[in-house]
Amino acid sequence: MTPGTAVWFARHESRLAWRDWLSMITAGRRERLRRVVIAIFVFAVFMHFVAYWMVGRYADAPVDTSTLVTITASVLLSWLLMVSQAMESMTRAFYSRSDLDLILASPVAAQKLFAVRIATVGVSVAAMAIPLAAPFIDILVVRGGLRWIGAYGLIVAMGAAAAALAVGFTVALFRIIGPKRTRLVAQVVAAVIGAAFVIGLQVAAILSYGTISRATVLQSYAVLAHAPDLASIVWWPARAAMGDWVALVGVLAVSLALLAAAIALVAPRFGEYAVAATGAGTARVSQVVRQNAFKQTSPRRVLRRKEWLLLRRDPWLVSQTFMQMLYLIPPAVLLWRSFDDGDGAYNLLVPVLVMAAGQLAGGLAWLAISGEDAPDLVATAPVPASFILRAKVEAVLGAVAVVFVPLLAVLAILSPWHALVASAGIVIATMAATSIQLWFRSQAKRSQFRRRQISSRVATFTEAFSSIGWAATAAVASVSLVLAIAPALIALLVLAGAWIMSPRTAAA
Amino acid sequence: MQHFNPPTPLALEIGGLVKRFDRPAVDGLDLAVRTGEFYALLGPNGAGKTTTLRMIAGLLRPDAGTIKVAGIDALADPVAAKQIMAWISDEPMIYDKLTPREYLEFVAGLWGIEPTVAESRAKNLLAWLDLVPHAHERCEGFSKGMRQKVALAGALVHDPRVIILDEPLTGLDAGSARQVKSVLRERVNAGGTIIMTTHILEVAERMADRIGVIAHGKLIAEGTLDELRLQAGWANGGASGGASLEDTFLALVAEQAQAA
Repeated sequence: MTPGTAVWFARHESRLAWRDWLSMITAGRRERLRRVVIAIFVFAVFMHFVAYWMVGRYADAPVDTSTLVTITASVLLSWLLMVSQAMESMTRAFYSRSDLDLILASPVAAQKLFAVRIATVGVSVAAMAIPLAAPFIDILVVRGGLRWIGAYGLIVAMGAAAAALAVGFTVALFRIIGPKRTRLVAQVVAAVIGAAFVIGLQVAAILSYGTISRATVLQSYAVLAHAPDLASIVWWPARAAMGDWVALVGVLAVSLALLAAAIALVAPRFGEYAVAATGAGTARVSQVVRQNAFKQTSPRRVLRRKEWLLLRRDPWLVSQTFMQMLYLIPPAVLLWRSFDDGDGAYNLLVPVLVMAAGQLAGGLAWLAISGEDAPDLVATAPVPASFILRAKVEAVLGAVAVVFVPLLAVLAILSPWHALVASAGIVIATMAATSIQLWFRSQAKRSQFRRRQISSRVATFTEAFSSIGWAATAAVASVSLVLAIAPALIALLVLAGAWIMSPRTAAA
Repeated sequence: MQHFNPPTPLALEIGGLVKRFDRPAVDGLDLAVRTGEFYALLGPNGAGKTTTLRMIAGLLRPDAGTIKVAGIDALADPVAAKQIMAWISDEPMIYDKLTPREYLEFVAGLWGIEPTVAESRAKNLLAWLDLVPHAHERCEGFSKGMRQKVALAGALVHDPRVIILDEPLTGLDAGSARQVKSVLRERVNAGGTIIMTTHILEVAERMADRIGVIAHGKLIAEGTLDELRLQAGWANGGASGGASLEDTFLALVAEQAQAA
């Protein structure tokens, strides 16, 4: 293979991507690979059963407006998720210095590598979507025939279009607001778009409230009456998924052309943007000069204040940690729709609040406990370690309180009982998530916040299951305290399991 | 009339210190550093220098042995020992989103320093280290040298009696290195004790009152430069009587390697 060619670069990039992926799924321990492969296989089988239950009955669906609306909505929501991932990857590509010096200092035509790098974003986004969609497509193929195989082609097209949009959007931001702000804005937009996927699903389910299907709203008269004609180009992606080869070729051609155009326009200037992005990281930020004197304070207070100050000054971290708050939008919709229904709506609101609190607390606890940027300084301070941990836990609880107290106050006016249950649930879920982060603490930089999930999968899953468990407990408790004992026990078991599996217990 | 000279109190006293990872990193180390002394700890890579310093600073728990800082048992009462110590590593660990002034206020708060005293010290340190123009800028855009100066100011703001430094001059430009060295020398002149590891032998040669050479987790030689030359087998006036610390250090390490 001739060095310096696009194919040679593609081989280099794919090797790096493969090793990065392997490292991610095995958490850097190759000896785990066999176990991981078995786990993936078991999960894939399980997902096929789930897919059979969810979409099996739609395999023979006719190509009518109702089906096209449902598939188009699903495709659109999934594509939003892919756009979000593509924007994340593109921002990382621009802002990660990694091998940039080596490439730009070498005598090869760097734009070839940058072209490959942009294309890789499209490939990786599609490659990440395929395993998730595969069980559903496989079931549709088995039950409805080979026509559904076109759905795989559609995913490739969606990946290419997502990458093209991400490149265009990121470069446009570079030009409009400059490299310094682009990173934050692009990542926040990516996160919001990603959240839109989940929120969209929830809103669809909420609007279908009272029916078995989560997508009843898509088949309502109001939606179908406004749907375009069956021959409309709007339905091409849905038709492509259902085996219309002309539509598939059309969608693929448009998407790949968009990606090719984005590569042709951006690759020659990629290095320039990346250098500008790197320079933006070293810019000085001045604080408003405070004239007030040093304050009389205690080490505990100074630690709490430090945590809150660091969080407040990092808009990216704020956006990442408080993204969970976006998930409160659907319940707000529910509350608005069901305002006169009374308890029914509140019963659904309570678990959402508890779940969001657990997730928020988990993120904040990781930042405070594991994401300490000056661990040696804090560890060499003349303060007992338990004292430091307590101060950090208090910082987490304080931040969660700031977010949830206003919501609980409003709920207390509407339904004191539900506010009481939600408050108890929020406190318990917060403490549970914080405890898990304490048990699994490992030193990391705050900038690694997005990768915290892969540092310990046990911590990530138990934190999620704990939050779900306490949310379920709160949901049941708002109806019956006695019945809530069962989910509470399950949540406690999750916590006990986390404690047993935590590194400190295992090492003891 | 005979004058009675009381023995100089020890700033640091280590006995039989042991720390094992997959192999012994520190292997029965004995060390004593006098108050007001500038002590340089030298050794090849992997000799156990950083592990030793981290145990003294309370960042690592030894497997065996004793550590006394100014007479305080650092293993039995780490909080009291930490109160009079400061630790600086080669990678300055500061908060990117805080300004130097805020960082100093944070450190002073952790050490429980009276605010008026802390503020006065912070003002002096910022001026001393040429950080005044940057006192209200966030540290995120600072160079390595500036970050190290902020970390140094943080270490000094609580007026420690013992300062432990692990390769503090690594990656600093000549100007910043000179400033840091000058600050350290001032501390020693004021009665403070400094224990420092460095690979820059010229710094140890010019600044240290005594030098300890460590290899395979053990102290293999200790003393002033002349004493080290003697231990390396080069007597004063001999062919290598004016041997540099580099020559002496390499000879001592080679001797130890042969013996092992």
